[in-house]
Amino acid sequence: MRKPEFVYVTYIETTPEKLWHALTDGDFTERYWFGVRLKSDWKVGSRFSMMRDGAENDAGEVIEVDPPRRLSYTFVNLSEKYRGERPARATFVLEPYGSLVKLTLTHEGFDEGSKMLPAISKGWPAILSSLKSILETGRPLEVPYAAMKMEDASQ
Amino acid sequence: MIDIGSFKPAIVYTIYIASTPEKVWQALTTAEFSRQYFSGLAIELEQKVGGAFVVRLPDGRVHISGEVIECDPPRRLTITWNVNWPDLVEKLGPTLVTYDIERAGDAVRLMLTQAHDRTIDDDILSGGRAGWPAILSSLKSLLETGNALAIKMEPPQRMLAALKRLGIGTP
Repeated sequence: MRKPEFVYVTYIETTPEKLWHALTDGDFTERYWFGVRLKSDWKVGSRFSMMRDGAENDAGEVIEVDPPRRLSYTFVNLSEKYRGERPARATFVLEPYGSLVKLTLTHEGFDEGSKMLPAISKGWPAILSSLKSILETGRPLEVPYAAMKMEDASQ
Repeated sequence: MIDIGSFKPAIVYTIYIASTPEKVWQALTTAEFSRQYFSGLAIELEQKVGGAFVVRLPDGRVHISGEVIECDPPRRLTITWNVNWPDLVEKLGPTLVTYDIERAGDAVRLMLTQAHDRTIDDDILSGGRAGWPAILSSLKSLLETGNALAIKMEPPQRMLAALKRLGIGTP
């Protein structure tokens, strides 16, 4: 059986530096991450937060920061539904690939029976598709949360 | 006709595209588009259940062949997807590929599922795990910007080595 993890790969016409900025700048994430602002000072060991409308929805810790190559943080949703789940680790690897960048996200370390895993498995493809769109076209995607079916997935 | 109920998903890849379901369907089913985003390969599809599915190399030789199992444009297409290497289907069984296309906000969600009727080794699946993200990232760029991505894929060495061990003829 495969371990409980989510892996996603996409290729983006951009530079590693621009992609790094897009993954770490709160003003920028708010534009393509469906209103989510990432907040952290990006120092290893610092708090990592996902903010929406000023409220902290998810939180964890910065694990690895090696611009513009590797970024790793843990997080878990703070709502009642995910209470007691341990924060799983999301690692982004940025590799130059000709005129493109290959982005690999690995999200791992979920508890057995995690409710976060099915939810993030629905969420990441939409977020990373929107990220690719904004970097290649200047326009993010507009996908309502309901259309991502995140809630169905984690029932 | 194969029994699709006996197939289990081995690879699932979802991507959202600023486009319409009709255009995504067209991109997945015509050579005009596939030549641009799929390494110069030409897709030919007879759009009816039982119809032929063919992917041709730039020189015209058949690289992948299959049969249409489900065809509901522009929502769902299921085809068998058999790479034309000697003994591949005999040893691994048929590969089933399904595209599900659905509107999601002002975008389209495209979900690719690769399924098999038996357990397939991770070494062999590594080919699809590497290939689908490249193909579908390039398709997304083509539909959103007018230009496919220049992705030069290395040959899937891990998969080729595993096929060779099974005695399957590879290029």
